[in-house]
Amino acid sequence: MIAVGIDVGSMTTKAVLLNGQIWRSVVRPTGCSPRQSAREAFDELLLGTGLSAGEIGHITGTGYGRIALDFINDAVTEITCHARGAHYLVEGTDLVIDIGGQDSKVIKTDGQGNVIDFAMNDKCAAGTGRFLQVMASALGADISELSELSRGAEPVEISNMCTVFAESEVVSLLAQGVAKDSIIAGIHRSVARRVAAMAGRLGNGSKITFTGGVARNGGVKEFLARELRAEINVVTASQLAGALGAALLAREIAK
Amino acid sequence: MRPETMRIVDDLRDQNILNLEHAKRNNKKIVGMYCAYSPKELILAAGALPVGLCGTKQEPIAEAEKVLPRNICPLIKSSFGFAITDTCPYFRLSDFVIAETTCDGKKKMFEMLKEYKPMHVLHLPQGTNRPGALKWWVDELYLLKKQLEENLGVEIGRESLREAIKMVNKERLAMRRLHELNQDNPAPLTGMDMLTALWMKSFNVDVDEGIELINQLVKEVEDIVRQGASPFRADTPRILLTGCPVGLGSEKVLRILEESGGSVVCLENCSGFKTVDTLVDEDEERDPIEAIAEKYLQIPCSCMSPNEGRFDLIGRMIDEYNVDGVVDLTWQACHTYNVEGEMLNRHVKEKWDLPYLHLETDYSTSDLQQLQTRIGAFIELLKRRKA
Repeated sequence: MIAVGIDVGSMTTKAVLLNGQIWRSVVRPTGCSPRQSAREAFDELLLGTGLSAGEIGHITGTGYGRIALDFINDAVTEITCHARGAHYLVEGTDLVIDIGGQDSKVIKTDGQGNVIDFAMNDKCAAGTGRFLQVMASALGADISELSELSRGAEPVEISNMCTVFAESEVVSLLAQGVAKDSIIAGIHRSVARRVAAMAGRLGNGSKITFTGGVARNGGVKEFLARELRAEINVVTASQLAGALGAALLAREIAK
Repeated sequence: MRPETMRIVDDLRDQNILNLEHAKRNNKKIVGMYCAYSPKELILAAGALPVGLCGTKQEPIAEAEKVLPRNICPLIKSSFGFAITDTCPYFRLSDFVIAETTCDGKKKMFEMLKEYKPMHVLHLPQGTNRPGALKWWVDELYLLKKQLEENLGVEIGRESLREAIKMVNKERLAMRRLHELNQDNPAPLTGMDMLTALWMKSFNVDVDEGIELINQLVKEVEDIVRQGASPFRADTPRILLTGCPVGLGSEKVLRILEESGGSVVCLENCSGFKTVDTLVDEDEERDPIEAIAEKYLQIPCSCMSPNEGRFDLIGRMIDEYNVDGVVDLTWQACHTYNVEGEMLNRHVKEKWDLPYLHLETDYSTSDLQQLQTRIGAFIELLKRRKA
């Protein structure tokens, strides 16, 4: 059975097609229409596979845009999907840290991909991809460069959790002549601290996997490892964990 | 299946405004109350009509924020906003208002609200386990009695107090019976309908009529149980909702819980079961004020320190209602419930081995998306545990 998972996040849409052990994926920006970007991601996913939409056994949607989708068979929250996907990517994962565009979550699992407990940030962008994006633009950098730009730097203290105030703080640090790399390291540490505090409420895991778009940022990963005093697993496909989890659940549901 | 009687209950809030206006024209006095610690019996014994004033709607909050700090709880802002904008008919119609020193935000807000209505603020003890606590509270109720007598120009006699005690106990028993019907699996009544029915007790003008209506509803719900006509399936996750009060207008969490596939089988909060759990002692040998004081002081609110009664009640309800998960709602900036949440989290997980979800939100719709995700994931987790 061929299963598809589509994760419509606030910034990017991820789609995964699962055929036995083989899977392929598509990532594209969500833009202003979650429905359209999901549809386009789905079409692109099938492109070149020789498969038609009718041959897909089950489609599961997830992510904040899941409710807007009209071509899916069912919708599951990204918390359940990330738990499942992280376990598939790093077997035995019992704590998932997912930092996406507009929220961050810490998910405790049973080591088999099932959620036991979770914590999620409040209605605020602190400790999310959006926070990093705003800071990057204040520093005149691209979000993808942040990790490289801060490698080895000593972090400066960023005390504001609020995205808007932290941005002013960054501007004022720049005005004081503080080195960019230290500011970026400070930003990474502030994101990591915010998320580590959430993890602290759930109790530490023995195998921690970092998922979501921000998992691509090595700087945040490094500070998470320091804050949690634990090894943090990140795989190339970390960003796809939600969509992959949705595809795995789609396969299970269809069975 | 939804009970037919619920349609009457739905219209009651508006109907009651007309009834109150009518009563007022007939020189009846109306006394507003802000919280579950207000002894309704004293108001009834004074020949007045008690009405609830607790603010549960978003609309007046913007006006309140022009005076109050933004970062206090929406319940305080809503209550204050309704009063200063004169948009709550219940407040407008009140001749006298009873308030309490429950939390810091409320007691300070009442100092400002005093300008708008004749008011008496009851001073609550900080906890219930000190030797002087009950005596303090008895004295406070005597003070209230005097205030009511002076402001309403009446005398509150022992006989009328005893009558009021019996009447309100009868109302509590009816509400309790209704609530306990949801111990059945699947629950015969949705959490939304339960909330609407229980909420009625703060607006109902004629207590006897209200009891009759609840009894009528009970009969209908019993039929639903017999016919197996519950709106839920036998495997629907059963949820206990606790925390800050929820009313019509601030029911978003309850609504999402049920829209996401859960069944809210019991409401532990003060707008729900908490206040009907115990009765006032009807022993005629006793001083009625003391008996009333004793009952009200047992209400397990987080403004009390410590507040062990809440943990005991939740434990009992988990057991009696066969609960699958506990949802604890904290209104933003309600420090007492927010802090207590962590203790409840541990209690529910360690003692009952049940999933617990803490939600902090306000009356606005700005976080519906996040709430849907959190609540959705919680229901998914409960369903998997049940499977």
